[in-house]
Amino acid sequence: MSDRIHLAVALDGAGWHPAAWRERTARPAELTSPAYWRALARTADDAGLLLATIEDALSLGGRSFEQDAETRRDLVRGRLDAVLVASFLAPVTRRIGLVPTATTTHPEPFHLATGLQTLDHVSRGRGGVRLVAGSTAQERANFGRRADGPTGLPASGRVEDDPALLAAFREAGEVADVIRRLADSWEDDAIVRDLASGKFLDRDRVHNVDFEGEFFSITGASIVPRSPQGQPLVTALAHQSVPYRFAAEHADLVFVTPADAAAVHGIRSELAEAADAARTLDEPLRVFADLLVLVEETPAAAAAVWNRLQERAPLTTDARVVVGTADDVVDEIRALADAGVDGVRLRPARLPADLEAIADRVIPRAASAGILLPDDGAPTLRERVGLPRLASRYARQEVGA
Amino acid sequence: MTRRRIHLAAHFPGVNNTTVWTDPAAGSQIDFSSFEHFARTAERGFFDYLFLAEGLRLREHRGQLHDLDVAGRPNTLAILTALAAVTEHIGLVGTLNTTFNEPYELARQLGTLDLLSGGRAGWNAVTSSDAFHGANFRRGGYLDHADRYVRASEFAELSKALWSSWRDDAIVADAETGAFLRDDAIARVRHETRLFDVDAVFDVPRSPQGRPVIVQAGDSPDGRDFATAHADVIFSLHTAFDDAQQFYRDVKGRLAAHGRDEDSLKILPAATFVLGDTEAEAREHSREIALAQVRPQTAITYLEQIWNRDLSGYDADGPLPDVEPDTGVETAQGFAGRHAAIRARVGQLRAQATAENLSIRELVIRLTANHTFVGTPEHVASEIDRYVQERATDGFTVVGHVTPHGLDEFTEKVVPLLQERGSYRRSYDEGATLHDLLGLPPVVAGAPDTPGPHDTATAAAR
Repeated sequence: MSDRIHLAVALDGAGWHPAAWRERTARPAELTSPAYWRALARTADDAGLLLATIEDALSLGGRSFEQDAETRRDLVRGRLDAVLVASFLAPVTRRIGLVPTATTTHPEPFHLATGLQTLDHVSRGRGGVRLVAGSTAQERANFGRRADGPTGLPASGRVEDDPALLAAFREAGEVADVIRRLADSWEDDAIVRDLASGKFLDRDRVHNVDFEGEFFSITGASIVPRSPQGQPLVTALAHQSVPYRFAAEHADLVFVTPADAAAVHGIRSELAEAADAARTLDEPLRVFADLLVLVEETPAAAAAVWNRLQERAPLTTDARVVVGTADDVVDEIRALADAGVDGVRLRPARLPADLEAIADRVIPRAASAGILLPDDGAPTLRERVGLPRLASRYARQEVGA
Repeated sequence: MTRRRIHLAAHFPGVNNTTVWTDPAAGSQIDFSSFEHFARTAERGFFDYLFLAEGLRLREHRGQLHDLDVAGRPNTLAILTALAAVTEHIGLVGTLNTTFNEPYELARQLGTLDLLSGGRAGWNAVTSSDAFHGANFRRGGYLDHADRYVRASEFAELSKALWSSWRDDAIVADAETGAFLRDDAIARVRHETRLFDVDAVFDVPRSPQGRPVIVQAGDSPDGRDFATAHADVIFSLHTAFDDAQQFYRDVKGRLAAHGRDEDSLKILPAATFVLGDTEAEAREHSREIALAQVRPQTAITYLEQIWNRDLSGYDADGPLPDVEPDTGVETAQGFAGRHAAIRARVGQLRAQATAENLSIRELVIRLTANHTFVGTPEHVASEIDRYVQERATDGFTVVGHVTPHGLDEFTEKVVPLLQERGSYRRSYDEGATLHDLLGLPPVVAGAPDTPGPHDTATAAAR
């Protein structure tokens, strides 16, 4: 008997396969249109998925370190700011968590934090973020503010062997920290509207964050009153030690990429070790495994599509790939659930085709197989993943005093 | 003779003493339902756009958070983008600072809003140089006052270059050949000056209106120059008829030097309104609202900001304080102008209070709660029309005094009268974009007309 788990989906352009836009079911001319994103989000929402992540990057070539990333004309190019896409989708969806990607190197942490708080307000408690550390040379040239930064993974492939990447993760940690501090800066009941005293605000319940870090400082409180979740759900994607440590220290939920179900145990122990060393959050870190999926009615049909796509532009990916039927995907989800993950994030190879297959075939089968946690009606994303609504750190101090 | 078309914008009542939170009908300034109500009302009234201010830091008074007025507001870009999902026609314009943003990021955020709204985005470009707000940002408070508009101007130049760097027909998405983009789909944008060193390839496709509408709100000579060079709309404070007419002539007269015609820049001053069934009822209502906007504590706090002293011992219904303002250490270098300015301001206020025999509270009411249009709906409609027909404005940016219902009465009572006069639209029939609604000339196409890399540094250096 498996533990029941959540299902999430990762949305990006025409899907995760670089040739997906060339399929007949794709809508390549509409990838930055409101109708396209509204349709994707509604499909995912109606299907009962826990959350949708929305990819982003700050250059035409995405986060690729390849030299030709900006000059290639055969791949999907052009995208929208993910925090704003999530804000746009909030009023037209009901239950699904909205988790945009944000890079931590260039944006102003204050703007990012208030944007996420506003996402939480407009979605009535369904806002999150996936933080990405580091920048590419193309991103730095676009901003023109910093010359130094990572130039790619070092030859060893390990983040800890590149000082620039290590610095990027330290900066990401500061961004995660101030997102939470600013979210806490207004206590829940700071707005009093007291006619007798003439005060709109109880100034003792709003707190300057006075954050002074290695990379930036922020003095004031947020401009946004406390949002329904208190803090947005902070997530990260991690493949190796330094990102695991970052997630264990700063995230509520981590997306990992086990090669198979057997690899989950090792990842979980490494995350637990990192959490023992660095985690200050009271709650446990939720772990979701990524699966890249291509779903057709028969194995042969799936293989045929896959071969066609790979011939056109081969996919290189960090995640396990499942090419097959809905039952094949359900089997993989069950194996991961048995291995002890809290959830699985599906990356559709093709959009909207594989998202529709997930909605129409994978989820109903996984549900009837008893693998999925039913919607318990909890009002916020944080509560749906089994995490408590955090009290403001300032309110906690008062209780302790 | 055809009548000049009135343009109206709607300002969401925000963080200031003119927004009356003590009104029993006042609602949340944060809940999305408030914004949705406001946007739907504005759309029902066929407004050109709704307009949001921006918050960079909570206001403080004498070292503590200011607690008398509405405080706290959402992030401007996020709320406008959420509104794009629940509206169909109305423009979505936000104030966004050129000092504490970076062009590539802000241009892609505004480009995102523009695409998700189908070409309805606008940007009120403002500047800031003060360390108080800067303390919340990486850039901090270092920017010299003199550089504010240099940065703003280059920021706008660079943003326009980014927005026009994609060909309209950049995406071919030819599944057979495998070409997603044309070869010459995107021009590289280079901008290298004292303030910027950007070598960018933009990643947001061109929007249906070419680029967001640019609004400008400053009134200094630098601000007017910025407006005539870059803006599509001016949000001015010139509402007295003669003053408005003079400002209108001055600004429109400067356009020719930039190769622009009169219609390419709309002037929409901020205007408040109070309605009544009779003139007397409207005046009475205006008086009640003013008293709610300027409560005794608000009046004292207002003066304390000028005097830089504790004035809590003074009676708001009594005369102005007899103490001198605290102008700080007089010997500090570079601050002589500020001391003189404060003393001059205090002298001016004393003269006005004496001449008109005003208490502290009445003086502050004159200064901050002076309603632009007071009267019957017929009177207000006829005044708005007169300003536009006689070239004092192209319309107004209307702000109510209650959140979020402050626009309801105007939409229900004044708008139909403007329509009857034949000077206001009865449907959104001009087109789909904010440029269309404002009657602005189309944005000159980008990359197709100007092959090769943009070099905005050359333009900026001229």
